[in-house]
Amino acid sequence: MFAPDIILAAVLNGLMTGSVYALIALGLTLVYGVLHIINFAHGATLTAAMFAVYVAHTVFRLDPYLALVIVTPLFFGLGYGLQRFVIGPASHGEDRNILLVTLGLSILIENAMLAMFRSDTRSIDVPYAFSSIDLGFTFLALPRVLAFGVALLVALLLGLLLTRTDTGKAIRAVAKEKTGAALAGIDVAHIYAVTFGLGAACVAIAACLLMPTFYVTPRAGNAFVLVAFTIVVLGGMGSIPGALIGALFIGVVESLCGLFFGESLGQIGIFLIFILVLLVKPTGLFGARA
Amino acid sequence: MLEVENLVAGYGGADVLRGIGLSVSAGEIVAVLGANGVGKTTLNRAISGLIRPSSGNIRFLGYDIAGKGPPAIVAAGLIHVPEGRRIFPNMSVRDNLILGSYRRGKPARAANLERMFALFPRLRERTGQLAGTLSGGEQQMLAIGRGLMAEPKLLILDEPSLGLSPLLVEEMFSLIGRIAADGLAVLLVEQNVIQSLELASRAYVMENGRVVVSGAAADIAADPALKHAYLGL
Ligand SMILES: Nc1ncnc2c1ncn2[C@@H]1O[C@H](COP(=O)(O)OP(=O)(O)O)[C@@H](O)[C@H]1O
Ligand SMILES: [Mg+2]
Repeated sequence: MFAPDIILAAVLNGLMTGSVYALIALGLTLVYGVLHIINFAHGATLTAAMFAVYVAHTVFRLDPYLALVIVTPLFFGLGYGLQRFVIGPASHGEDRNILLVTLGLSILIENAMLAMFRSDTRSIDVPYAFSSIDLGFTFLALPRVLAFGVALLVALLLGLLLTRTDTGKAIRAVAKEKTGAALAGIDVAHIYAVTFGLGAACVAIAACLLMPTFYVTPRAGNAFVLVAFTIVVLGGMGSIPGALIGALFIGVVESLCGLFFGESLGQIGIFLIFILVLLVKPTGLFGARA
Repeated sequence: MLEVENLVAGYGGADVLRGIGLSVSAGEIVAVLGANGVGKTTLNRAISGLIRPSSGNIRFLGYDIAGKGPPAIVAAGLIHVPEGRRIFPNMSVRDNLILGSYRRGKPARAANLERMFALFPRLRERTGQLAGTLSGGEQQMLAIGRGLMAEPKLLILDEPSLGLSPLLVEEMFSLIGRIAADGLAVLLVEQNVIQSLELASRAYVMENGRVVVSGAAADIAADPALKHAYLGL
């Protein structure tokens, strides 16, 4: 068996991976909770954000962590505009149509990426890519520690936004009681768009945190979103704490499976858990009954 | 302050309202009565902008509000407390009230919150409780309190006594009287005909998407033939 400090190191690494999963899952679960649809364009949005970070670095020499300050509001605006002016009007208030429109969008975005960047694997070089922090028993990669910190901070800020601000409360109100919200003077179309914007912003931040250590292809986002979807089901569709805790848990599971069964089988554990949850508690760990 | 003329509205092409007219003056309580399914709720939904009228005029304080959305209508001071309460079940009593002042009444939010707790002491005891766990009567109080947080000039109440015990129904009507005593105009949609006619100054009786009788509440209350014909009494 493995020594305890190796297992501990694997757990820490899993938590760091999980924190980035959390950002992607938070965006997915937030949009699901409010608009009651799976945003099929989430993966393509992540890919687009990763390319945006790539371009910011290669063309404008912008460090990914600095790019965050630009890419995040940019993607919030894109998400807002997409929902407000494309997805919303195209769906005529039918949830099913929203689903189909996001599916169409994802195909469109992916093909645009393919046309612009072809299917090559691209990555960026940052001077701190291999910097690490010495914990005595193990080394933690600096970019991943930063990702962990930023991701948790963003999750905290998102939680504060939803519970402490009028806009956040309006988002939660629209999620559960659209008519009541409208009668309180809440502009439902605007809140839908804000929610979509927040989902895109979460994914943009994830892209900035991923790019120092990861690569991008026109399909790179999909693998992450598949894991994020598992997390959202595990944590309970629409649950914010569920997505956060589910993501950290899945990160650790993946890391430990990688340790015990080999790198390439790391994700097997995730999907076993996914199937187990669907069989045993389909509403997820934090999910309310439908 | 509210004038509705020849209002036609419905759902997906089928007209439910077929040329409704009514008016409410400042400080007045006006009752809208009628059997189930005659279109009272549809009328409220059209006035508050939840559904778009296909024709007719709605003026509020001189503005044409027909076809405007709920945010603009709320901002003008016309607040609709809907049938079925439509409170936010996943949020605390306090946050429900706070969202009542999302569009209007924000500057005086803290003072109004205090006013609501004075008006509804039962809500004060439950500020942190999730609204979905309140009793039916408490949820109705909360729905009205959320409406009042927007400092309305006209309050539409759609069946506020629906599903309440007889004792609570009494309490609800005396409460509406007290709210209106502050000079607020109220459009009261009710199935409790007798109590509504006692409280209101004027009333409209609807049938099949039209107003069939209108006049002073006292006159309608004193006309047994009329009450028998339209109100099942
Ligand atoms: N959302 C809706 N879609 C289609 N028809 C509706 C809808 N709501 C109400 N109706 C119909 O409109 C008519 C009037 O309903 P409503 O306005 O709720 O009456 P009331 O409030 O007087 O009981 C009824 O025939 C009802 O079936
Ligand atoms: Mg009704």
